[in-house]
Amino acid sequence: MSELVNLTIDGYQLQVPKETTIFEAAKKVNINIPHLCYHESLSIYGACRVCVVEIEGRPRLEPSCATLVEEGMKVKTNTARVRRARRMIVELLLANHPEDCFTCDRNQICELRKLAYDLGIRELRFEKGRRYHYEMDISSASIVRDPNKCIQCSRCIRVCSEIQSVGAIEFVNRGGRTQVLTFFNKGLNNVECTNCGQCILVCPTGALREKTVVEAVWEAIASPEKFVVVQTAPAVRSAIGEEFNLPAGSLVTGKMAAALRRLGVDKVFDTQFGADLTIMEEAHELVERIRNRGTLPMITSCSPGWIKYIEHFFPNCLEHLSTCKSPQQMFGAIAKTYYAQKLNIDPRNLVVVSIMPCTAKKFEAKRPEMCSVFHYWREKLGLREEDRFFDVDFVLTTREAARMIKEVGIDFVNLPNEDFDTPLGVSTGAAVIFGATGGVMEAALRTAYEVVTGKTLEKIEFEQVRGMEGIKEAEVSLNGLSLKVAVAHGLSNAKVLLEQVEKKESPYHFIEVMACPGGCLGGGGQPIPTNSEIRKKRADSLYREDEGKPIRKSHKNPAIIALYEEFLDKPLSEKSHRLLHTIYTKRDRY
Amino acid sequence: MKVILKNIEKEGYSPAISSYIGEGGYAALRQALKIGPEKILSEIKKSRLVGRGGAGFPTGLKWEFARKSREFPRYVVCNADEGEPGTFKDRLILARDPYLLIEAMVICGFTIGAEKGFIYIRGEYFEVYEILQKAIREAEEYHFLGRNILGSDFSFEIDLYRGAGAYVCGEETALLDSLEGKKGQSRVKPPFPTFVGFNNKPTVLNNVETFANIPAIILKGGEWFSRIGSELSPGTKLYCLSGDVNTPGVYELPTGISLRELIEKYGNGVQGKLKAVLPGGVSSGLLLPSDLDVAMDYPSVQEAGSILGSGAVIIINDTHCMVDLAKRCAEFFDYESCGKCTPCREGTKRAREILTNITRGLGEVSDLSLLKELQEVMFDTSRCGLGQSALNAVRSSLEKFPGEFREHILEKKCRLGICPMK
Repeated sequence: MSELVNLTIDGYQLQVPKETTIFEAAKKVNINIPHLCYHESLSIYGACRVCVVEIEGRPRLEPSCATLVEEGMKVKTNTARVRRARRMIVELLLANHPEDCFTCDRNQICELRKLAYDLGIRELRFEKGRRYHYEMDISSASIVRDPNKCIQCSRCIRVCSEIQSVGAIEFVNRGGRTQVLTFFNKGLNNVECTNCGQCILVCPTGALREKTVVEAVWEAIASPEKFVVVQTAPAVRSAIGEEFNLPAGSLVTGKMAAALRRLGVDKVFDTQFGADLTIMEEAHELVERIRNRGTLPMITSCSPGWIKYIEHFFPNCLEHLSTCKSPQQMFGAIAKTYYAQKLNIDPRNLVVVSIMPCTAKKFEAKRPEMCSVFHYWREKLGLREEDRFFDVDFVLTTREAARMIKEVGIDFVNLPNEDFDTPLGVSTGAAVIFGATGGVMEAALRTAYEVVTGKTLEKIEFEQVRGMEGIKEAEVSLNGLSLKVAVAHGLSNAKVLLEQVEKKESPYHFIEVMACPGGCLGGGGQPIPTNSEIRKKRADSLYREDEGKPIRKSHKNPAIIALYEEFLDKPLSEKSHRLLHTIYTKRDRY
Repeated sequence: MKVILKNIEKEGYSPAISSYIGEGGYAALRQALKIGPEKILSEIKKSRLVGRGGAGFPTGLKWEFARKSREFPRYVVCNADEGEPGTFKDRLILARDPYLLIEAMVICGFTIGAEKGFIYIRGEYFEVYEILQKAIREAEEYHFLGRNILGSDFSFEIDLYRGAGAYVCGEETALLDSLEGKKGQSRVKPPFPTFVGFNNKPTVLNNVETFANIPAIILKGGEWFSRIGSELSPGTKLYCLSGDVNTPGVYELPTGISLRELIEKYGNGVQGKLKAVLPGGVSSGLLLPSDLDVAMDYPSVQEAGSILGSGAVIIINDTHCMVDLAKRCAEFFDYESCGKCTPCREGTKRAREILTNITRGLGEVSDLSLLKELQEVMFDTSRCGLGQSALNAVRSSLEKFPGEFREHILEKKCRLGICPMK
């Protein structure tokens, strides 16, 4: 127990541990001090100065986020001097900020806008005489950066370097000309950005957002010759409700399917079908690697942010990656081959729209190797190079999907529950938990165990790989082999495991990595805010959904069994390799 | 009474180590090695020397904190990033008597238990860099610097580091970030550099002039030093006299000398009619002709409503428009703000904008109260001294010359014809 300190905040006496900041201490007496650069998951920056407070005996106001409590300290958070200072600081930010709130992506959830309202700023006293106009960075397939809306709180910089160990962006230039930029302003697409979108989640304004494809999706839906199928990732169903003011972690699978159907798409399918398929391929790949002394540890490849990270930072470790495509891409490949054939639709007219908790999925869908369907059909349909099309056409984030639902006035909260369409909407509990960190591992173990041992797995929950610990490990006995596995989420945790792999010191057989904290449920495309408490609630609801599913092992999914019987033959078959597996690219840092 | 410039002001003195030794140089170092750290500290504390960079923190206390820290390694850093407009005193020491600084830094290293020192030199001081390089080489040849100094088991080396022209790097924590190879921006204080400084290790950071006092204090004792100048803040001070004065220059004088004596006796009077004085450069507030009897020491100048800062005494005569002067000060800080904290980054920008508007005849009465409020909030909330004092000169010109501002705003007139008013 650390030393306790007595202090008063606005007259309330309290006792807190010595290392507490005034900001944290104030929460104990139910005061949430207004702030901008402070963020619970990030280091203290102490530069916005909005959270200043008055401390008796100090000549100046002090930032509560960066000031530790002291014995006998008398703090005031609400004096005229404090309120005037906060107001003026926000006024100064507004004086340098575009006034396009009506059309801004963050219209409803902008922290700057809310702060201006809360602080009672009703008049702008500074004129906007000298604002810089910067070009937007639209180079990335996933993320758009509008420097004009940046208030230089450094949250994006900190999340990128501290949580993700990427460091793709930094402050450049001085004073009023300071900007957040990529290396030599090359643009996010041309540096080591992994497209994870964590920067979007922490940005308090509209300076960062996903590159939207909403209009293109509407166009496809409206186009009579197009057959539009939509797939939704597991993590979306536990989060999209938040966009409609439902409590965090509300499970809205049925309402989501109903809402998407009302958008006018032809079929509402489930990425979880792709997830079950991924498990079939990946579990067999793992067993193959162990049996044939292949490269170990094998590392999961579902998370496109993670893939880009390893390509940039550990290019010599790529053979450790499972060759399996992600569930999104497997789904696209199967939809435009197996399913298109079944319905006798020209694959060029079948449009696959993904709804993902992720911004990196937008980039993934546009990777040049994600055209296996084109190659599959090339000879049969006599396609030429210029006819090339992707396996997945459009990727929408959870936020974008919610926006479409709002746009046409669908009463999401009161929708009846509807089911996914068959067969690509059929999935198991194993696929649901893909959305949470440890879920892919658990799903793979459920299948790998039965594949290797031929026995039925009785206790199917692997508690050791669940939860929000940064790195988790477990040991599973498989027919005499003690299988060692590890799970990491957030790229700085992944980095720890990868450094072992790089030095050939990794003790594991199998590693799951998700780029985002908490796994996909904490992805960069999820509703804002996303924080540790909300991530936990979303995870809980995914595990609840798994529990309620009649089938909870991927290899028991009847639609998957049928797919192999009718089309793929068996896991790791020649056709599987053509459609469901992929290659990786070594990338530079800049 | 000369403590710092005693060599420099001697006729025929040239910056060579032989001349320095000839004037008794490095005797203080020998003495220091003999009496040991505790005695050194007690002498410096007795001297009541305070930092000459502007903040006025007691030097003995600073060294003692570093010495008592449990962390190693420790560092000595000399702030030679003399960037305050109107300040040119450190340059004189650096260029003309660099050995004095080196000797003091070695003594500091010996006292606090550091083996490494840095001199962070203002980027524009090209010739100083070369002079210091030579001085360090010579000091090493004579075993005043390097391994086993003067045969003792104490070793100390000094590296030179050139700034890149940012004013903010004169602020100690920004200087440390810059020295570490980062962008020069202030850190959150506390912790102070004495505890968490260069590479997060205990670091004594002193201004060139502060260091230059040390050898004399060691040789002649803290008691002797404490009797020089003002009782409140003893010693001598280098005053940089500039602006509308007949003989501008650097003058070493006992603290507490009156501003009047400084201007009249040493500066040989004002050119034209005196209008105002900036006693501590553009970060300080204006003094008026009626304030001329103020004693030029840290506490007295503060009492008079300004700051002594680094001692950049800028004389302003009646040919200057105070609105124009305020605008120029604001322009300087807008250009030099590091951009890290909101009040300074955005505030300096807006202050410049408002003042520019007033000089163009676009001012409004409400601008004056807005500027005042802006100054108060920037003083209250900025992260470092730059933002806290950025509008000091603006604020005081507003308060002390309200008529000129009113004329510009209401009558759209600049009586001196300096502001464009369109």
